[in-house]
Amino acid sequence: MSGHNESILREPLITGNDITYAKITDDILGPVENKPNKAWWIGFIVASLGALLWVVAVSYTFWNGIGAWGLNKTVGWAWDITGFVWWVGIGHAGTLISAVLLLFRQNWRNSINRSAEAMTIFAVICAATYVVSHMGRPWLAYWVLPLPNQFGSLWVNFNSPLVWDMFAISTYFSVSLLFWYTGLLPDIATIRDRATGTRKKIYSIFSFGWSGSVKTWQRFEAVSLILAGISTPLVLSVHTIVSMDFATSVIPGWHTTIFPPYFVAGAIFSGFAMVLTLLLVARKVLGLENYITMFHIESMNKIIILTGSIVGVAYLTEFFIAWYSGSEYEQYAFINRSTGPYWWAYWMMMTCNVISPQLLWFKKIRLSIRATWILSIVVNIGMWFERFVIIVTSLHRDYIPSSWAMFSPTWVDVSVFVGSIGLFFTLFLLFLRVLPSIAIAEVKLLLKSASEQAKMKQIKEGHENKEYVAEYVESLEKFDSVKQEEYAKI
Amino acid sequence: MSDIKYILGSFGDPVEMMHGIDKLQENGVSIYDVYTPMPIHGIEVKLGIKRSRIDIAAFCFGITGTCAAFALIYFCAVIDWKVNIGGKPSFALPDFIPIMFELTVLFCAFGMVLTYYASTHLFPGRAPRVMDLRATDDRFVIAVDAKDNTAHTVIDGLLKDAGALEVKYNERKYISYE
Repeated sequence: MSGHNESILREPLITGNDITYAKITDDILGPVENKPNKAWWIGFIVASLGALLWVVAVSYTFWNGIGAWGLNKTVGWAWDITGFVWWVGIGHAGTLISAVLLLFRQNWRNSINRSAEAMTIFAVICAATYVVSHMGRPWLAYWVLPLPNQFGSLWVNFNSPLVWDMFAISTYFSVSLLFWYTGLLPDIATIRDRATGTRKKIYSIFSFGWSGSVKTWQRFEAVSLILAGISTPLVLSVHTIVSMDFATSVIPGWHTTIFPPYFVAGAIFSGFAMVLTLLLVARKVLGLENYITMFHIESMNKIIILTGSIVGVAYLTEFFIAWYSGSEYEQYAFINRSTGPYWWAYWMMMTCNVISPQLLWFKKIRLSIRATWILSIVVNIGMWFERFVIIVTSLHRDYIPSSWAMFSPTWVDVSVFVGSIGLFFTLFLLFLRVLPSIAIAEVKLLLKSASEQAKMKQIKEGHENKEYVAEYVESLEKFDSVKQEEYAKI
Repeated sequence: MSDIKYILGSFGDPVEMMHGIDKLQENGVSIYDVYTPMPIHGIEVKLGIKRSRIDIAAFCFGITGTCAAFALIYFCAVIDWKVNIGGKPSFALPDFIPIMFELTVLFCAFGMVLTYYASTHLFPGRAPRVMDLRATDDRFVIAVDAKDNTAHTVIDGLLKDAGALEVKYNERKYISYE
């Protein structure tokens, strides 16, 4: 709101020349206030069939026990923990975008944080269901809590990373939910004030009576900033603790100190890839090209190159340290990973996580929606294989060659995994229909400072350096939502 | 005119609204509140709203979480039931840190947000106290108490001069109750 303008050199965060506050509300609430289109229904039907498969597979597991999975005496952890870590990793982008990027004042987060946070919550739900179903006796799930009980006073083992993990994941889930919901209040109030009848009543309850008065907003901003401040170390701690589930054991291939940073980088890597997978489609189907622009896509791609490269360096370091340790078990675990019977999984991981994201160094690929979308899926395939490689290849050849075994999943393993993807998409598609997929209030903040039209006005006023203007106009070429003719006239 | 409770100046632009606040204050008109669709920096100073002390509350909740976690683990693992793990000491402080950290964040987040909800009267099902339905959409609304400020035509003029698109006279405080 201040008098000075943002530098002309920065790319606009909202494109289009007829954007007003009212239009932002209309555009973003379009999917919430209107009947769903065909694309949504097709997606929803497919996703809910997947979710149904998940219900069947998880119920089957509950009824028959985890013997329904393909686990054996040697490989006692496989697709379950792979799926769990995969989902928790995906769940990292949301809080990263909403918290870390808020602390760094990266305004481009404003139009992607809401759906990324929603994605986080749904991914953590998928992860949590793995935790519960792998217990074998899920009705005793409360045993992981330190509750007074009838077995003398035997408490949970506070030295165990699995107990830490329970605290970490449940804190992460509930704090993310709180952060997300508090941010949603003003936007739910916007829907409420435009609705009538029963809809109005429902949104009224969920808006908590939000009025938008000065004091509410002032407190709201203070609360958001502190939540961001405490969520930032929380995000880092969660995957650190997940990695400790492995790193504190003495299994060769797991017992490495590099795990925490390497897992965190991997989590951000896969989380951003999933955000791209979802948003590239959502922006097109919901017509949000003006708010989720090519600049946003390019920025996320840059984060993917960075974190993908960190992951790549971590893979190589791990290999080097295994050799350097001089421990033959450690050395064997890694040689076996890359050349043993699971070589294909290892090289799948290497290709998808280390090699293919390097293609994003090319501007053409980084700015191609199709290539980005395909790469984002490739990254998540790679990240699934990473967890599979770490878990299964470290276990399948243990200290006694007579007990060496391979792992083959049963239909239940596959269905729980495929079904969890269905569940995730079902929840996400429902979210798009009932809540605004972009933080309306936060995007409105950008209109007067960082939008294309504000910059256009700046240029027309004629006080800007000509070279800078030329550079700015050139940077607009990558936007698929900018009309170039407008600039030819100036 | 006597039934009028609030005069609302509805602006389409935050800069004009800020100008409106200045104009009213220069002329000695007290402002009841301002409703905006997004946070506008600088209004709180003009309206004399003090800095929020929620950060202090957040710190206190956080430190409570740290202590609660330490107390719980210490009681369970050191006092009540020592588990002998290879003869290692049961008071293993480094192992306590992850849970102490998580509970610090948990207590801080929930304590602070619930304090925020309580102090700004936000809770599920609360009747929304809205003076202008467009204040959550595209209007920036200055509300003036019509009983305290009786020079209605002057206020009307000041608001319009500052660029108000509309000046409303509400006979009820909150139209959302209708």
